[in-house]
Amino acid sequence: MDILITGILLGGTYALIAMGLNLQYGVARIMNLANGEILVAGGYFAFIAYTSTQLSPILTIFLVAPLAFALNWLIYRVMLQPLVNRAKNRGQLETDSILATFGLSFIGVGLMLSFFGGDYFSYSFMAVPVELLGSTYGANRVLSFVMAVLMCGALYVWLNWSRAGLSIRAIATAPASARLVGIDVKHLSALAFALGGAVTAVGGALISTYLTLDASTGVVFTLKALIIVIMGGVGDVRGTIVAALLLGILETVVASLLDPGLTLAAAYVMFLGILLFRPQGLFGKKPT
Amino acid sequence: MNRRPFLKLVSALTIASALVASAASADTIRIGAVAPKTGPLAGGATVTQWPSIYLWVDQVNKAGGLTVDGEQMMIELIEYDDQTNPGETIKAVQRLATQDDAHFIIAPYGTGLNLAAAPLFDRYGYPQIAVSAITDQQADLSDKFPNMFFTLGTTTALAADVVKVLSDMRDAGQMGDKVAMVNVADAFGIELATAAKPLFEGAGFEIVYETSYPLGTQDLSPVIKGAAAAEPDAFVAWSYPPDTFGLTEQAMIENLDVKAFYTAVATPFPGYGARFGAAAEGVLGAGGVNPESPAFMEYAAAHEAVTGSKPDYWASATTYASLEILAQSIEAVGLDRADVTAHLKESTFETILGPISFDENNSNADFWTVGQWQGGVFKGVASRGRDGTVPVILKDGWE
Repeated sequence: MDILITGILLGGTYALIAMGLNLQYGVARIMNLANGEILVAGGYFAFIAYTSTQLSPILTIFLVAPLAFALNWLIYRVMLQPLVNRAKNRGQLETDSILATFGLSFIGVGLMLSFFGGDYFSYSFMAVPVELLGSTYGANRVLSFVMAVLMCGALYVWLNWSRAGLSIRAIATAPASARLVGIDVKHLSALAFALGGAVTAVGGALISTYLTLDASTGVVFTLKALIIVIMGGVGDVRGTIVAALLLGILETVVASLLDPGLTLAAAYVMFLGILLFRPQGLFGKKPT
Repeated sequence: MNRRPFLKLVSALTIASALVASAASADTIRIGAVAPKTGPLAGGATVTQWPSIYLWVDQVNKAGGLTVDGEQMMIELIEYDDQTNPGETIKAVQRLATQDDAHFIIAPYGTGLNLAAAPLFDRYGYPQIAVSAITDQQADLSDKFPNMFFTLGTTTALAADVVKVLSDMRDAGQMGDKVAMVNVADAFGIELATAAKPLFEGAGFEIVYETSYPLGTQDLSPVIKGAAAAEPDAFVAWSYPPDTFGLTEQAMIENLDVKAFYTAVATPFPGYGARFGAAAEGVLGAGGVNPESPAFMEYAAAHEAVTGSKPDYWASATTYASLEILAQSIEAVGLDRADVTAHLKESTFETILGPISFDENNSNADFWTVGQWQGGVFKGVASRGRDGTVPVILKDGWE
């Protein structure tokens, strides 16, 4: 039970890391390799707000979200829209966007280095135990799990029941046909990309309460997010959540029952297995 | 489009800057520096390596430069980011030696990066006064690369003194003999764990929990829970910066009840004390200094004034001392690199850590090995030949 809860909490962390990328890749078709840098930037923001004004990260995220939304919207409009316009097919857009956002990730690291320096940033926030079913867990991890559940829930509801959300899903399923039924693909793609960035930055702010980050750690999170998004299936919120939880539980089970040294191996075995038997991901749709 | 004016402008600028550069370099000492500003080791290098370099250059130049053959020469610092990539370190050292024509090159940061660069330092005849490079291979290395010097100690000494500190606590009746030992599955962590295990067993300790975890593990609670279940008297982690923080936080959350709690790299960072505050009291870590010595206090104050950040309580001061050594050697024998290397081998240097000299293995035999957070300061509790060790205190909870 203890192992299961620890695993689910870790899964919540992974969901925070991967949810934004799923929106960006699934709808806007941008494989955003600068995802980790946005996450670290969100963490920096929370760190600075907390250490300079004692502003709680729970409140900071309400500042981080609109800022990251605006920033990512700008990135999409200025840098990625031209790529979308000139791309003849989806493959070309993916190649172009991978190259462009790979470069963007270096710019992100460089900017953060020059503004904040390369030092580790870490602070203690709610590093107190909470008791759940007889075992203790870090309050900051529990809090970030609750926030992850709220965010994923809100996204799921929005994507399934609101007009904009349904349109976004339509674009994810059939970008060409979506335009025929009067959906503003350009506008909504930018919206989805910006929303993905905001979700990632909020995730970063929450994660910074218990992980030690520095300007160059972004790539670690990008890789984790990629694995989760691909395992879960592109463009499906449920897939990302399930994959994140599975990964969290698997790593904790292996670390607790076998050996913490084998967690990476176990994660990649699971990744391989899913790629072999369900290449489109757990919830992905088979390409027609 | 007419490109001529632009071309003219560019060539004029190039010639002008070349002239300026050669005019400036006539009476400056070009010092090269290559260390991570990005990549996995950037966080450590930003605390330990770069600020001490900037401080040293600033102080030397404010004092009018170094005296070389009766002439005052200013220092010009040429710095490169190696992205924590040995290939980049090698390229940068090569560039410093051949293109930038550096007089001297400051040793890189980290054991692996120093080893990667050693053949090039050797080939171009540069003395390499390594600081953040801890290994047991000093005899072999100095044999192979006679220009390579070591200042921060050996792996076995670091591990052995932890075992000794814990043995003393046990023999004084302060705790039992059950140890939980974990390590990060990466070079330095594995090396330390391998060295420590037979030492613990030889000293009569029982290792009740032993495991390793991959670099970059995001949830260390299974490690701490596993250790707690084995009910150890002491917890020892051969850890790297992010997991040093992560293990400590989990130990706080789990209220890990041990008499001694040790984490390795980054425990002496000022950020550790700032983050954990009173909970850090009694935590043991790798390294240490004598924070009450006037020389260290003066250095720490200047460090904060010039670079805006505090030095760590271990390798920062040693990095600065390695530069003091280089400066004293240059002032004694001039800019000839072979002369400087010969001078390094035979002289004793006055540094902020006290006198430093190199033995037949090019190693400094006097260094700090174990420190402990006491009253908000990380104080050395064990050393090889250094003054100012303070008694160890018991870890008393996490409040």
